[in-house]
Amino acid sequence: MPQTISEKIIAKAAGVDHVTPGEIVTCSVDLAMMHDGSGPGRAGKQLDALGVAPWDVSKIVVITDHYVLLDDDNSVALQRAATEWTATHGVTKFHEGEGICHVVLPEGGHLKPGMFCVGGDSHSPTAGAFGTFMVGIGATEMTGVLATGEIWVRVPETLRVHVTGTLADGVTAKDIILKLCGDIGIMGANYQAVEYTGPAVMALPMDDRMVLTNMAAELGAKTGIIAPDATTVATLTSLGVSDIDVDTWQSDADATIARTITIDGAALQPQVAAPSSPENAADVSEHAGVKLDQAYIGACTGAKLEDLRMAARVVKGRTVKDGMRFIIAPSSKRIHEKAAAEGTLKILEDAGAMILPTGCGGCIGLGPARLPEDAVGISSTNRNFVGRAGPKSSQLYLGSAYSVAAAALTGAITDPREFLGEGDVP
Amino acid sequence: MSFIEGRAWTYGDGINTDLLAPSPYLRHSLEEGAPHCLENHDPDFAPNVREGDIFVAGESLGVGSSREYAPHFLKHLGIRAILAKSFARIFYRNSLNLGLPPLVCADTDRIGRHDILRVDPSAGTVENTTKGETYTCDPIPAHLMEMVASGGLLAHLEKTLKKAG
Repeated sequence: MPQTISEKIIAKAAGVDHVTPGEIVTCSVDLAMMHDGSGPGRAGKQLDALGVAPWDVSKIVVITDHYVLLDDDNSVALQRAATEWTATHGVTKFHEGEGICHVVLPEGGHLKPGMFCVGGDSHSPTAGAFGTFMVGIGATEMTGVLATGEIWVRVPETLRVHVTGTLADGVTAKDIILKLCGDIGIMGANYQAVEYTGPAVMALPMDDRMVLTNMAAELGAKTGIIAPDATTVATLTSLGVSDIDVDTWQSDADATIARTITIDGAALQPQVAAPSSPENAADVSEHAGVKLDQAYIGACTGAKLEDLRMAARVVKGRTVKDGMRFIIAPSSKRIHEKAAAEGTLKILEDAGAMILPTGCGGCIGLGPARLPEDAVGISSTNRNFVGRAGPKSSQLYLGSAYSVAAAALTGAITDPREFLGEGDVP
Repeated sequence: MSFIEGRAWTYGDGINTDLLAPSPYLRHSLEEGAPHCLENHDPDFAPNVREGDIFVAGESLGVGSSREYAPHFLKHLGIRAILAKSFARIFYRNSLNLGLPPLVCADTDRIGRHDILRVDPSAGTVENTTKGETYTCDPIPAHLMEMVASGGLLAHLEKTLKKAG
């Protein structure tokens, strides 16, 4: 029976030959990832209260990222809970302050194609870039997984997003996903698995593929996934992962696809989403000239090494507009170190960027990148709901790292291609 | 699960998790955080909602984050059932896991603020006693109704793990 990659992974996790969309099955979990927000201090404590030990500590990964930089009592308590809970139960896959969970998870060599994983965060589908099926769950659901190693799943239909051609210079994975948010809305793929295919997708490096799967959450999807290929293998191998099965974890040619959306990659323009939803996306020209106070490059989806390089390409030799706050928080320590070593951070700092330590921070309105009252910002993050990145009076636009960097230079929403002349191509 | 009777708090489409559980209060206790529920959308809600009230919304209720505080704040404030035209999937599961029945109801536009509703989660029916109307909801899947009726996933786990042990 022909199946999609998602169906194959669910069937394996459920211990059956095949599954059908709509069917409810119980899956064995290959990996459960928790962060400091919903993890040890919440799900872990609930498990302890039940008097049950975790089902398999070798399959649990804890990564602190939400509150690492804050010094209030509640934040400190959540950090302490993570340290103590992992020590008490012997969880050795514990990454403390190394970066944002969705980025540290693959960096730590914890993912490979064909795994069925759950994460205590809605952006857990990020792992799908590696051919992993990963869904976001809440704290109590996580308690159930920690106790039993199992979870019930309604098998999702597959929505295929096929991006043809080659993206123009200055157009990125962020523009693909924002275009989709604008076209089908933030519930446009409700309960579905979004599978990204096509030459423009497979030409992307892993950093950019992760943007597509990360923001499957902004389509209301259960997950996002990209079948593994040579790029996947090369990246995973460099991270110390071995025994990578590429051939098994592909969708069969005649598998049932509920809906296919085709995007003309070559015609795609940079996208910017207006306040206060990712689905308010439109070509950058629609919003060009909107005056801004802050430009932020950060979060799991928007401050990977490729994003920092994009920003550096735009601002190299130029200066941030007077009065603009240009803030950058790399997605992980590893990325920060690589960007420093290759000179990318220096270019950004020389242009006037403020570099923050890694963490979720500004994306959820915490720390120095929180938008002030009445401020208007643009960021490379994934959500711009009212009250998320700042107070109710603030407004947030979303765009690629190119678009955010261009806005930092002009103080207004700007087509980044204005700063990407032929001579600037690295 | 028995009837739930209370006043309706009605909202439109796209009530997201940042509105239900604002980011600055996620690291706080339930008691500290819940009063901030919907403060950026309807500041009258949290101070006035009462035990037994029913939350009513349009499309895409709970879209956004996995934060369990979104339905947990509602439950803590007294909400005992949720009706919406459609739910975001994690919010739907979180509500079930907390023993707070989420019902998919196409007729939420017919319900007025503070109408008195009588909800039967098991049968999937809603009686609007203020308007004299009855609405039929999609039933909660059978494999989940037992868990919801026993008070949520933790209570269910306690029962099943004890049985197994």
